[in-house]
Amino acid sequence: MIESVITTDPQLAKRHFWGRAFEWVCIIATWTCLAFLAVMLIGVTINGWPHLNWHFLTSFDSVINPANAGIKAGIWGTFWLILLMSVFSIPVGIGAAVYLEEYARPTKLTRLIQLNILNLAGVPSIVYGILGVTVFGHMFGIFGPAAPREAVWALPFGNKVMTGALTLSLLILPVVIISTQEALRSIPASLRHSSLALGATQWQTIRYQVLPAAMPGILTGIILAVSRAIGESAPLIMVGALTYVASTPGKISSVTDFFTNPSGIQAAPFDVFTAMPLVIYNWASQAGDVYQSLAAAGIVVLLVILLLMNTAAVIVRQRFQNWIRW
Amino acid sequence: MSSNNSLIPTQPSLYKRWSLTTLKEQCIRVVLFGCALVSVATTVGIIGVLLIETGLFFSQVSPLAFFGDTVWQPQSSDEPRFGIWPLAVGTFLVAGVAGVIGLPLGLLSALYLSEYASDRNRSILKPALEILAGIPSIVFGYFALVFVTPYVLRPIFMDGLGIDVGQFNVLSAGIVVGIMIVPTISSLSEDVLRSVPRGLREAGLALGSTKFDVSVRIVLPAALSGILAAFLLALSRAIGETMAVTIAAGSQPDLTLNVFRAVETMTAYIVLISLGEAAEGSLEKRSLYVVAFSLFLITLAMNVVARFILRRYRNEYQ
Repeated sequence: MIESVITTDPQLAKRHFWGRAFEWVCIIATWTCLAFLAVMLIGVTINGWPHLNWHFLTSFDSVINPANAGIKAGIWGTFWLILLMSVFSIPVGIGAAVYLEEYARPTKLTRLIQLNILNLAGVPSIVYGILGVTVFGHMFGIFGPAAPREAVWALPFGNKVMTGALTLSLLILPVVIISTQEALRSIPASLRHSSLALGATQWQTIRYQVLPAAMPGILTGIILAVSRAIGESAPLIMVGALTYVASTPGKISSVTDFFTNPSGIQAAPFDVFTAMPLVIYNWASQAGDVYQSLAAAGIVVLLVILLLMNTAAVIVRQRFQNWIRW
Repeated sequence: MSSNNSLIPTQPSLYKRWSLTTLKEQCIRVVLFGCALVSVATTVGIIGVLLIETGLFFSQVSPLAFFGDTVWQPQSSDEPRFGIWPLAVGTFLVAGVAGVIGLPLGLLSALYLSEYASDRNRSILKPALEILAGIPSIVFGYFALVFVTPYVLRPIFMDGLGIDVGQFNVLSAGIVVGIMIVPTISSLSEDVLRSVPRGLREAGLALGSTKFDVSVRIVLPAALSGILAAFLLALSRAIGETMAVTIAAGSQPDLTLNVFRAVETMTAYIVLISLGEAAEGSLEKRSLYVVAFSLFLITLAMNVVARFILRRYRNEYQ
C-alpha cells in the first residue's frame, strides 16, 4: 500500500529520488578518500619494488652509487629516537594524566593546565622543532657552542639523538596525556571507592587498581602517539638531524652489537643521527628515477613498521577488552 | 579538670597523622603535579623563545616593512627584504585548496557514516578512514610530487587545457593536504552529528520528511556550529602542515594566486632555512622565528575558537 503511494505521487517520488542521489554522493565521497589511499599505497609499492630487498634494509645511503643505497642509518636512528622518547614521555605523560584525573581539584590552575594541553595538541610540529633546537640543541647558548661529535654527556646537546628524542617527547606529550586521561575516565568510580574502602591509600588505589584496569586504553594511546612520532620529520630537520649519514648512532648496527660494544650504548644518545622520514625526504627531493624509487622503498618500509604498530594497538585493545568486564 | 581532659582526643585525626605512608603519598602527589606542569613549561618555552627572537628581529626590521612589504628575499645580501605576504598568501593558498577538497569530502563522509551507513559498513569504513590519519605527511608529499602532478594534473591541465603546470605547484600540495585533513573533519563531524538528539530526527520523519530532509535540513543545521569547529581544526592542521607542502609546493616565495605555480609556505621556509647554512644570530635565522611565531599565533587562534565553539555546542545538547 505505502509503496504505491510513494510511486504514484510524483512530488514525493522526486524527493525520494534526490534523497537517494544525495546518499550516493555521500558514499562516493567516502570511497574517494579510500580510493586515494589505495592508489597511493599501490603506487608507492610499485615504485619502490625494485629496491625492496634485504640489501636495502642493511646498507647505508650512498652518494656514489645510489642504486645500492639502503635505509639502515634511518632505521637505527629512528630506533634510538623512539626508545629515548618513550623513556621521557611515557612516564611524564601518564603522570600528568593521573594527576589531572585522580588528584587535581577543579581549580583555576587545573582548568588552565587542561586547556593548555588541548591547545598544545594543535600546535604545528615544526614549532616544537624550534623549541627543541633552542632549548635542547643550543641551550640558549649558555654552555657555549655545540660539543664535538665524540663528546658524551656534553652540554649543549647539539644535533644529537638526545635533542631529537627530547623534542619528540614534548611533541607527543599532549597526545599521551589526552589518551591516558580518556582511559582513566572510563574506569568506574566504584573500583576506586571499593579499594579506598578497604583501606588502600590513594596512590595504592591508583597503582594497583586504576592503572592496571586502564592499561589497555593507555597502551593503545601510547602506541598511536609513538607511531605519530615515527613519521614525524619537520621537528627533526629543525633540530639539525642530518639527511645523509653513513653510520648508526653509537656504531651499533646489529642486535649482537649491544653485547659486544657496550660503550656504544652510552655513546648512541650523543651521536649524530638521521631518521627514516628524513632519509626519505632526502631521496624525494633529489632528481632522478633511482632516487624516486629509493624514496618509495623507504616509504614502504616506514608504512610496514607503522602498520605493525597499529595492528599491535588493535590487538592490545581487543585482547584486554575481552579480559576486563565491568 | 581530669574529666575535661579526657574529652580532648589524645590522638589527632587519622587523616592528619604524620607517617611514612602519608609522606610518600604527598611526595607522589608533588611529582605527578610536576609532570602536569611540564606541559605548561612547554607552552611557556614556546612562547618565550618565539617572543625573544621576534623582538630581536623587529629591532632590526621595522614591523611596517614586515607587514607592508610584498617581497620576501631574506637571502639577498645587498638588500634583504622581509615582507610576510608572499609566505602568508602561499600558506593560505595551499590551505584554501586543501579546504575546497577536504571540507566537502570530510563532511559528506561524516554524513554518510552517521546517517546512512549500516553498522557493519560503518565499522569497516571508519577505521579505514582513520588509516589516512596515520600516514606520515612525507608520504603525501612524495605522492603529490611523483604521482599527482605528472599523472593527474599535467594530463588534465597541461595537455588538455594548455595551462602550464610547474613541477612544484600549489594544486598538487593542496589536493594531498585536503585528503590528509579528511579524517580530522569526518571523525569530529561524525561525533557532532551523532550527538544531535534522536528526537529531532524522529520528529522530522514523523512529519513526513524524507531521509534527505532529515539529514540535510534538520541534523546538519543542528550540528552546524560543531561542524564549523571541525573545519577550523582541520584548516589549522592544513596551515601547520609541513613536509607534504615543502616537497610538493616548492620554495618560490612569489606573491601569486596561481595554483599551478610554485609558492613557498611559512612552514616550507622554516624547513629550508634550517636545512641551509644560515649563521646563528643572523637576521636570516631570526626571520625563521618570526615566521614560526606568526604560524603559532594563527593556528592557536583557530584552535582556541574551535574549542570554544565545541564547548558551547556540547552544552547545548546536554
